[in-house]
Amino acid sequence: MAQPDETATRAGGTPPTGPVEDDFEDLYENAPFGYLSTLTDGTVVRANATFLAMTGYTRADLVGRTRIHALLPVGDRIFYETHFAPLLVMQGEVREIAVELKHADGSRIPVLLNGVLKAAAGGRPAVIRLSAVAAADRRRYERELLHERRRAERSEAEARQLAHILQASFVPSALPEVPGLDVAGVYRPAGHGDEVGGDFYDLFETPHGWGLSLGDVCGKGARAAVVTSLARYTLRAAAMGEPRPGQVLSVLNQALLRERGGRFLTAAYAWIRQTGQGRARLALALGGHPPPLRVLREGGTEAVGRPGDLMGVFADPRLHETEVELSPGDALLFYTDGITEGRAEEGMFGEERLARSLEAARGADAAGIATRLVEEVVAFQSGLPSDDIAVLVVRVPDRAPRSR
Amino acid sequence: MDVLARNNVTISGNLSGKTIVFSHGFGCDQSMWRFVAPAFADDHRIVLFDHLGYGGSDLASYSAERHSSLDGYARDLLEICRELDIEQAVFVGHSVAAMIGVLAANEEPERFERLVLVGPSPCYIDDGDYVGGFSRQDIDELLESLDSNYLGWSGAMAPMIMGNPDRPELGEELTNSFCRTDPAIARRFARATFLSDNRDDLRRVRARTLVLQCSEDVIAPRQVGEYVHRAIPGSELVLMKATGHCPNLSAPEETVEAIRSFLRD
Repeated sequence: MAQPDETATRAGGTPPTGPVEDDFEDLYENAPFGYLSTLTDGTVVRANATFLAMTGYTRADLVGRTRIHALLPVGDRIFYETHFAPLLVMQGEVREIAVELKHADGSRIPVLLNGVLKAAAGGRPAVIRLSAVAAADRRRYERELLHERRRAERSEAEARQLAHILQASFVPSALPEVPGLDVAGVYRPAGHGDEVGGDFYDLFETPHGWGLSLGDVCGKGARAAVVTSLARYTLRAAAMGEPRPGQVLSVLNQALLRERGGRFLTAAYAWIRQTGQGRARLALALGGHPPPLRVLREGGTEAVGRPGDLMGVFADPRLHETEVELSPGDALLFYTDGITEGRAEEGMFGEERLARSLEAARGADAAGIATRLVEEVVAFQSGLPSDDIAVLVVRVPDRAPRSR
Repeated sequence: MDVLARNNVTISGNLSGKTIVFSHGFGCDQSMWRFVAPAFADDHRIVLFDHLGYGGSDLASYSAERHSSLDGYARDLLEICRELDIEQAVFVGHSVAAMIGVLAANEEPERFERLVLVGPSPCYIDDGDYVGGFSRQDIDELLESLDSNYLGWSGAMAPMIMGNPDRPELGEELTNSFCRTDPAIARRFARATFLSDNRDDLRRVRARTLVLQCSEDVIAPRQVGEYVHRAIPGSELVLMKATGHCPNLSAPEETVEAIRSFLRD
């Protein structure tokens, strides 16, 4: 048990011997808060001097003549009826309700109301006892908090919208139709999609055939987004003059080094040409990016290409070109590590699950393969992927063309 | 999520009796019926529930879009009726729930044979000759009042309530829990309630209807109760001695007796 503070006792002088604070009338009338008693219908039956001073009314104005409702502005009156009064009956007391009292001169006094219900007894009706504590400063402060909260919510909504607009610029709004090829892409930002990430892909026509890019910028946020846009459009521009994938990636690497932003990325670039007999030939190079997977018509998958160096790190990165031919029914899947490194409690999604998903999607068109895979990865992470996911599938349709 | 858990539906009373559904209004939860519902237990199957956002309802099922209008709440009610095979039942709705019941009854008339509307208002805002009792500015003041009163709600507590919809006792010790909700939900429900205009829906009601009107109700004044009575074909109006807006709490005996005598004939 705590000992009384001796210093404090001494400082207070000799304790008085006579009765102290035993004038209950005065304790009631001049309490440091307004004290009001009403019947359950709100009719005022008693008010202390503090309450009268606070509100500017005389006892005769209020007692027996006024319901508490008349002392409340209309919004608070509705609140009193829909919340305060029911709570009082259900719990016998109500605490900390913020309302304003209407002063006789028309001004408003912010108060915190506490109330207790005293049940009817011995022929006396039930009464509600209310304390009204002046709370102007507190209310001002709370309003400021509320105001700031609203502002924060608005800013957050704007930031979210900005993120979504930026993300939409990382991939084409719709993939172009490539004659003789079935193509599909899926982009799924991490989490709720409120943060800009760094995955991108693109598919576009060049003077030499078609160009395909897919990549992943290290990091997140606005700075990463700038690099993502830079990468996507640099690859587009480079591919216009230069068909060879290794050369295209070199141009990107130079651009990143010139930026001196210290950001690096991984990227895959492929040059696609149609060859005869409904086949497609791809030349591809990888700048530190996971090799795409070839999904064979007869079943089975194989990685294609050799990962070279990261982009934006070395002045002269090692880049290897690989040629691959797709026969009718074959598909090539480009993806970012948001697929394989998707995390859940049981570990990462991993290459085995990836292979199984592709196996299960055999025979599906490009959109079927891409959608199924991304859905599985998202579901694996309970709907909230830990990282951005980008997937691009190029497939050579089966020889018997499907009728449309 | 299953509808009964979603709306924290509780069933009691005489399970082979006629069904009576009690629906709480804006502000608190199904405890608003604690003094009234038990009086019907002998001869009725009693169905109580919480509107989404209130009491033990599942906050995760709350939809800002669906619950921005009373129609969304009426759809919830009809889903409960379908789940429980409720037909030809009695519906007792307090305050805004009276209008929710009207909307539901108009949508699927076979659900409710009788409606008891306690302190109903089809339109709270004055409009030409129509007296609703409030101006648009009044309602804005109410929204402000709601913003000032979070009633035991804080962001820190929300996950606890939301994560344990099946363990309401976790929240019970907190003050004001009967009327506790996410302030954003309260605000939206207040807008849906006090800015609605369902006057035209009253004329389409075919169920036998009782309007219970309190004296000195600051939320639904007497003229409004009389308007509802005139607009609903063949309805009865009972003016109660009870004052205020919640006779189900302040005068349960009188409320029970009025409902009983309406159900007798």
